[in-house]
Amino acid sequence: MSGISRRRFLAASVAGCAATTLAGSKKALAAGSFSGYPDGMGVLVDLTRCIGCRSCEAACNKEQNLPAPEKPFDDKSVFDETFHGGKQKRRPDENAYTVVNRYDVESESKPLYRKVQCNHCAEPACLSSCFVNAYTKTPEGAVVYNSKVCVGCRNCMIACPFNIPGYSYSSAFDPVVKKCIFCHETRLKNGLPPACVEICPQEALTFGKRKDLIKIGHQRIQTHPGRYVNHLYGEKELGGTHWMYLSSVPFEEVGFDPNPGNEPIINNVKDFLSTVPMVLAIWPAMFTGFHLLAKKQEGHGDHEHDVEEHHDEEGGAE
Amino acid sequence: MSAKQILTTLMTALAFVMAVTMAQAFEDVPDQVSIDVMTQYFDGVEFDHEMHTELGEDCSACHHHATGTGTTDDRCVRCHADSDEVAEVGCSACHAVDTFSAEHINRQAADVYQFHIDTPGLKAAYHWNCIGCHEQMDGPTGCQDCHARTPEGDAFYHADAQASAAGEGGH
Ligand code: SF4
Ligand code: SF4
Ligand code: SF4
Repeated sequence: MSGISRRRFLAASVAGCAATTLAGSKKALAAGSFSGYPDGMGVLVDLTRCIGCRSCEAACNKEQNLPAPEKPFDDKSVFDETFHGGKQKRRPDENAYTVVNRYDVESESKPLYRKVQCNHCAEPACLSSCFVNAYTKTPEGAVVYNSKVCVGCRNCMIACPFNIPGYSYSSAFDPVVKKCIFCHETRLKNGLPPACVEICPQEALTFGKRKDLIKIGHQRIQTHPGRYVNHLYGEKELGGTHWMYLSSVPFEEVGFDPNPGNEPIINNVKDFLSTVPMVLAIWPAMFTGFHLLAKKQEGHGDHEHDVEEHHDEEGGAE
Repeated sequence: MSAKQILTTLMTALAFVMAVTMAQAFEDVPDQVSIDVMTQYFDGVEFDHEMHTELGEDCSACHHHATGTGTTDDRCVRCHADSDEVAEVGCSACHAVDTFSAEHINRQAADVYQFHIDTPGLKAAYHWNCIGCHEQMDGPTGCQDCHARTPEGDAFYHADAQASAAGEGGH
């Protein structure tokens, strides 16, 4: 099976343990006792290296079989696009799992560019907010989802502190979450770097074990005095993210939430989550009940099938 | 002699020593270097090595300490001030093509005494050297100023998207 390739990045013994606990990871997470996969992979995004060539966007589009873009991927005019009254720059969505934005910061002689995608949180809020367990944090570090399970409720979209998950409404009854999956299926689990990392001409994206990237990040800050602000964004934020950032200017000047806190969102939603199993338990029963009532005069129906149908409709209507 | 004069004299002497060393080293220096190990979306670059060596900077400007000409970078000089010329001065001798492969990452992780834990790969080494210097010297910096894009590259960047979009801007 894929057991061997799966562990290609996970040579150390710790990794072996992490991999064997994969099956139990969901439960551990729901209980809030999960401390992430320390040996997982990550990406260190260095804003001082990025030249805004957008090759990473093109690579992601190809790798993930996304729809053709409205403008070519080497068209720099997209950097001038803004939304919501000029306040918001481009965001990743169901058609583009990653976008690069330009920031003209006064203190800098050159514009700065920031690549945006899922940060693959160590303790993902999207995952903990999902009551059908569509999300998985893999031992390799990726936060992936199972679109067959997704009911399109958009909880994860609201829960994500980075506003990442997008939705595809190509079918009204089959809305599915769409976001960067760290190229998990095609690359990460086979021991290959993500497509965006591989294409980057500047190595603005450094791929490696998260724990090594933390060392590298701090070493860069230390060995280049004056080049970076003394902060590795994502090392601690929200319980730690697997994609981390270095910048030459304070992070709020390049569109980051400067202080999201170091507590994983999971701690905030734990209380909320404890009510979810109840809802889940009651919901199908309730619909079955309504359904049976409505159908009473018409004779018998296939209960299980009918429940499922309602389930889908509900999700789709949200 | 003023400090400035001393400095000037020293620099002149240094320049002379370097010129001699370089002249010796230059005997087997290539005039052209084909940079084409990673071509797919762009053609390779025929790098005019001779022209660049004539631009006046010493070899270490690009080759660091590898050519035995010393290095001026504060961070490197502590260990590499007197480093000898290395056996292979080509970029790929130190800058790996496969920086992010599982093999490379695991190899690096296993070597706990390694000081250079953040050596850029070959592609980045080229682009930093070239673009970094070109920005200062007003050289070409656009992708297609140096690389011709291949038909595969045109498809990759969706070069034809403009026509259908007709300048439409986002949502
Ligand atoms: S960035 Fe958002 S979508 Fe990505 S793992 Fe974190 S919470 Fe989930
Ligand atoms: S890791 Fe893969 S899915 Fe995520 S932005 Fe990069 S190319 Fe796209
Ligand atoms: S490919 Fe690299 S340099 Fe180009 S925009 Fe993306 S991150 Fe920046």
